[in-house]
Amino acid sequence: MTPPDRLPGSKIPATRVGFGMARPGSNAAGPQAPEEAEEKETLPPDARIDLAKERAETGIDDVFNALDSELVGLAPVKNRIREIAALLLVDRARAQFGLSTSRPNLHMCFTGSPGTGKTTVAMRMADLLYRLGYLRRGHLISVTRDDLVGQYVGHTAPKTKEVLKRAMGGVLFIDEAYYLYREDNERDYGQESIEILLQVMENQREDLVVILAGYKDRMDAFFVSNPGMGSRIAHHIDFPDYTLQELDDIGKLMIRAEGYKFSPDAEKTFREYLNRRMKQPRFANARSVRNAIERARLRHASRLMEADKPVGKEELTTLSSEDFLSSRVFANSDSARTSDDSLTE
Amino acid sequence: MRITQGTFSFLPDLTDEEITKQIQYALDNGWPCSVEFTDDPHPRNTYWEMWGLPMFDLTDAAGVLAEVNECRKAKPEHYIRLNAYNANYGKQTVALSFIVQRPSEEPGFRVERQEWHDRAIRYTLHPYAADKPHGQRYQQNGQQ
Amino acid sequence: MADTDVNGSKKKKADRWSAGVIPYAEMGYWLPDYEPKDTDILAAFRVTPQPGVPPEEAGAAVAGESSTATWTVVWTDRLTNYDTYQAKCYKVEPVPNSDNQYIAYIAYHIDLFEEGSIANMTSSIIGNVFGFKALKALRLEDMRIPLHYVKTFQGPAHGIIMEREYLDKFGRPLLGATTKPKLGLSARNYGRVVYEALRGGLDFTKDDENINSQPFMRWRDRYLYTMEAVNRAAAATGEVKGHYLNVTAATMEDMYERAEFAKELGSVIIMIDLTIGYTAIQSMAKWARANGLILHLHRAGYATYARQKNHGVNFRVLAKWMRLAGVDHIHSGTVVGKLEGDPNAISGYYDTLRLGKLKANPVKGLFFDQDWGSMPGVMPVASGGIHAGQMHDLLHYLGEDVVLQFGGGTIGHPMGIAAGATANRVALEAMIKARNEGRDYRKEGDDILKAAAKKSRELDIALSTWGDITFNYESTDVPDVVETPTSV
Repeated sequence: MTPPDRLPGSKIPATRVGFGMARPGSNAAGPQAPEEAEEKETLPPDARIDLAKERAETGIDDVFNALDSELVGLAPVKNRIREIAALLLVDRARAQFGLSTSRPNLHMCFTGSPGTGKTTVAMRMADLLYRLGYLRRGHLISVTRDDLVGQYVGHTAPKTKEVLKRAMGGVLFIDEAYYLYREDNERDYGQESIEILLQVMENQREDLVVILAGYKDRMDAFFVSNPGMGSRIAHHIDFPDYTLQELDDIGKLMIRAEGYKFSPDAEKTFREYLNRRMKQPRFANARSVRNAIERARLRHASRLMEADKPVGKEELTTLSSEDFLSSRVFANSDSARTSDDSLTE
Repeated sequence: MRITQGTFSFLPDLTDEEITKQIQYALDNGWPCSVEFTDDPHPRNTYWEMWGLPMFDLTDAAGVLAEVNECRKAKPEHYIRLNAYNANYGKQTVALSFIVQRPSEEPGFRVERQEWHDRAIRYTLHPYAADKPHGQRYQQNGQQ
Repeated sequence: MADTDVNGSKKKKADRWSAGVIPYAEMGYWLPDYEPKDTDILAAFRVTPQPGVPPEEAGAAVAGESSTATWTVVWTDRLTNYDTYQAKCYKVEPVPNSDNQYIAYIAYHIDLFEEGSIANMTSSIIGNVFGFKALKALRLEDMRIPLHYVKTFQGPAHGIIMEREYLDKFGRPLLGATTKPKLGLSARNYGRVVYEALRGGLDFTKDDENINSQPFMRWRDRYLYTMEAVNRAAAATGEVKGHYLNVTAATMEDMYERAEFAKELGSVIIMIDLTIGYTAIQSMAKWARANGLILHLHRAGYATYARQKNHGVNFRVLAKWMRLAGVDHIHSGTVVGKLEGDPNAISGYYDTLRLGKLKANPVKGLFFDQDWGSMPGVMPVASGGIHAGQMHDLLHYLGEDVVLQFGGGTIGHPMGIAAGATANRVALEAMIKARNEGRDYRKEGDDILKAAAKKSRELDIALSTWGDITFNYESTDVPDVVETPTSV
């Protein structure tokens, strides 16, 4: 007899159910506690845990610092994230005493206007959950309906599964998630994608976190039509529009990062620009600020070239009032409203 | 008999946790993984059936393991192997390949000898399983 | 420029051509300003001059004697474009920590060599010069073969990638063993050893270099019994198995006859010895590619000229020649076994055989960059005094694309040959698995093996038989530069 025959039996039981082709009624593996919690031995009831030390060890303060330096304002959002982090830290501590064994539901919904920092916060959230041990990799896969939903019968399931496989171990960020559901067409393929998503959100909580994002009113309507989705979201975070002062701060942060500064009068003009732009259609918060500065840089460059004289560091770095004033935003309000979006900035 | 193709056939069958670690090693090296199955384990049977396409751009092993388990569910009495592929210039070949499921019985092979000129012999390996038509090999309790 | 002597003073043009004997350096073989061209073949020689011979003159002499020069001035040189054909010694460096050794760098024009001929290249470069009286000793340390010249050679008949796909074996080193005893077994008994070793878990078994066709076992009988064993083992395991059938013989006709018979019987691999000579090796490489058999080369006899540090040819040069010549396997050292081998030098040999592009690396003894283009890699073979208990060190030093040959370590197993083979395979797979899992397999090697041995009695017995055998002798051939932050 050849030696390999003596190796133990060869049948491998299928111990886990994949999301790929789960049959109706098949019962998936239940939620599991994060790996760290499983491995640690239960502490005696009289033990003490130093939460501050635990917190320092995870390095999550780096995430908060990054959030503060990257994103102006957003105080309510940042508070919610701190609360979630505190909850998860305490959950970890409780797990060490054997108090909680099930993994908390961490799927989230970020609502707010465009340009309010949802994607940036989602990336930081992925990092945060990774540091706390609730995600194995901590990467973020950002998708929209087109990435999930197919064009013909049998196309949607593989597309959605492909995206889910790529997101395993990290965060799946679905922007404008409500487009997955088309009220007017009940045979829309989006429904199939939603069902696969729901199954994975329920059965593979330890493998990934889903964050849905979009406008608040449309997201609310989406949850009304898809109560299954709504009930699987543990945390709803609303991203408020920026105030004028916050937009002003964001703009200053941006031009400093690009190596520019405002001339004294430009500072006032920029603020006035923001004030007007906010009231116009298709205003996209920080994204509109970014666009305004990009266009000002173009005008600044053309101005220097046309002047046709030697320039120094001062000229090269200073955006002046006129670089903003020629924007359509300062034209009469009627023409601004009807003009092409790209010209309104 | 126990077919010893693949990188880890002389070790006890890998658990899902151990398979996950090997998949993660492959993904961390940038090697896409794929799942293949067959009911003809002849050593020259290069092309096992593909369980879907190779999985590109994955970060975490869970997605690959899920496909392994789907394949096991659909093909409980087949050989299933997991391949990792290195597409880098100068390699462009399989980097790791190991069996993740075997049928409950492995009948093995017969050596067929054809006497030839001057005491020379021509050899053929004949898998006992191949006596049955494709799809009916390794049948257990009506499963295939 | 051809008329600048060692001290930089100008010679009159006419002096160069006066009848008589003049120093090589003054004949244009010493050109410190020369910038090697991309198409030049470069060589690094370790020169030990006779007392009183300046190093530049010694380097120039090597350049001269390995190219156009003869001992005296010949007017017929002037019928040629001699500037082109003269080899140029362009740099001479003293060897660190030695009194009278220098590395002379010499550039050869590509036209000096016939396309695709190892015999021609070696006849030039090591043909005459090693017996030259003005030198006490001379060693060819390394060569840079320009891609232009590389492309004129066939290269490995199959190469590492094709071999793995052909054998369907991935992700781990291959395992082999040389049939023992070396001499005296009858063909029938010989086949028994092959069968046991292959069914136990080895991928290959091997004829020894001096197993050709002797009175106790003629080649044809050996082939017949061996192939029975190979096929039986394949059936027992479902794996592709091979035995290196040595086709080495007195004449090319004999070798072709044996190779053809190996092919007829369905062998996946044949073997040759280095002693058959470069031309025969290239012929067999062409045959192997045309007939689909892997070609294994045993470096029989290489240590007669490769081992001494001051004289001969370094193995890394031989490794380059053999990759060009077209073998698929070559024995290249073990680091931890019974045969000569410094870890850094061996790492340099392995890189030379396996990589597509190499950077000069003094720590590994690599003097030049080397670009192999798309020429396939050669599978190095580690053989001689290695056993399962060293698996972590072997994997660490030699990597994954290597054949590990455990002759004594398989056949000497107390439970039998198959058990010895199983022990090696279990140890190997356990180590690969642990490495892939991210464990520090080198540090934890003993623990990994012990854990695997709990589930494998064969490995358990192997470890208790050979567990602490080592061969710690100092190497005679180590690179000049040791690994310190200041060395590179």
